[in-house]
Amino acid sequence: MIDPRKNIIKERLESIKRIVAVSGGKGGIGKSIISTLTALILKDDGKNVGLLDMDFTSPSTHIILGQEKLPFPKEEKGIIPLNIDGLSYLSIVSYTQDNPTPLRGEDITNAILELFAITRWGNLDYLILDLPPGIGDVLLELLVLTRKIEFLLVTTPSSLSWQTFIKVVRLLKEQNIPIIGALLNMVNSSTYGFEEKIISSGVRYLGKLDFYRDLERYIGKPDEIMDTAMVKELKDILEDVL
Amino acid sequence: MHEWSLAEAVVETAIDFAKKKQLTKLTKIKIRVGELQQIEEDIFRYALSEILKLKGDFVKDTEIEIEEEEVVLKCRICGHVWTGKEIFNILGEDDKEAIHFLPEVAHTYTKCPSCGSTDFEIIKGRGLYIDSITGDKS
Ligand SMILES: Nc1ncnc2c1ncn2[C@@H]1O[C@H](COP(=O)(O)OP(=O)(O)OP(=O)(O)O)[C@@H](O)[C@H]1O
Ligand SMILES: [Mg+2]
Ligand SMILES: [Zn+2]
Repeated sequence: MIDPRKNIIKERLESIKRIVAVSGGKGGIGKSIISTLTALILKDDGKNVGLLDMDFTSPSTHIILGQEKLPFPKEEKGIIPLNIDGLSYLSIVSYTQDNPTPLRGEDITNAILELFAITRWGNLDYLILDLPPGIGDVLLELLVLTRKIEFLLVTTPSSLSWQTFIKVVRLLKEQNIPIIGALLNMVNSSTYGFEEKIISSGVRYLGKLDFYRDLERYIGKPDEIMDTAMVKELKDILEDVL
Repeated sequence: MHEWSLAEAVVETAIDFAKKKQLTKLTKIKIRVGELQQIEEDIFRYALSEILKLKGDFVKDTEIEIEEEEVVLKCRICGHVWTGKEIFNILGEDDKEAIHFLPEVAHTYTKCPSCGSTDFEIIKGRGLYIDSITGDKS
């Protein structure tokens, strides 16, 4: 018995130059905001960019993009991602309308398989993946389904996020998955020596993003958020690596 | 019609397999489709035959057999077991369409008829499998 969906994934991803997963372990450290902003920054730079929300149980990139509800993507020999703010965009919210969706291991594995097998992304310079927290089903399944992937890691200057961060780093390194680098998010005053810790873990330190008190004001307003100091900081960080 | 992309997956996989086994002709592909996938069999068959036409003599006259596997769900809270008919008969068109795209969102639209829980196990009837591939060897 063969699952033919696995076989077609390579072909489906062929027209994408770089697939960048945003991860880092802990919950609530800014993965979703950073992945969404990264996608928008690259798009503003003239690139063809896709954004896939892989947090199937708590999707949030659509909120950052100001989309309360999402229509069904078009069907054309597969599914064609939505166009949201110039991004090729896909989220489970199209199908769940933000109802609770209690998915467990097997369900997640199948949902990822199905999405990757039937989505026609077309030509993209970048596909950005927003991952859920932790070393869970999504991260593990992703590594099973494709090796054409690099990781952009996020952590905060806190020993609590560090614990999970370092486990993700070890997992990726054991499997020889490229890590673009790590950035420190939500820096208040001090970075408490976490730059050095990142470097000594063998990961490139990309820079820091301050804690922006006013960020909430810009959630759901993708145009306005692009003029903020946070986006400027992130642009500088990403310039050399993406 | 994402049946097309699934049909492509089936044909590519079957041809890969047959070539690895050094078959000279692919005579039959037996496919099992979970009912939860909500695939339109007519469209799926049509897509399969159109895609096969592009692949030359190797797959000329390849027979396609499709078997649908009934969905069986089991509630993780109370243990109740129920089946596809009870699910799809009461769903609206939009809900069915959502499940057709992404079967796992059944968890959003289906509840245990006995206790109302959405935490259930899909015991069978999802996914897409190639059960067997038959061909000639020279
Ligand atoms: N640099 C920052 N300054 C201020 N607030 C921030 C910053 N980065 C993220 N936040 C806020 O922190 C919260 C969590 O961010 P986000 O949802 O992006 O994290 P996450 O890592 O994706 O969480 P989860 O693990 O739950 O998916 C949000 O309210 C977001 O607006
Ligand atoms: Mg998130
Ligand atoms: Zn029940």
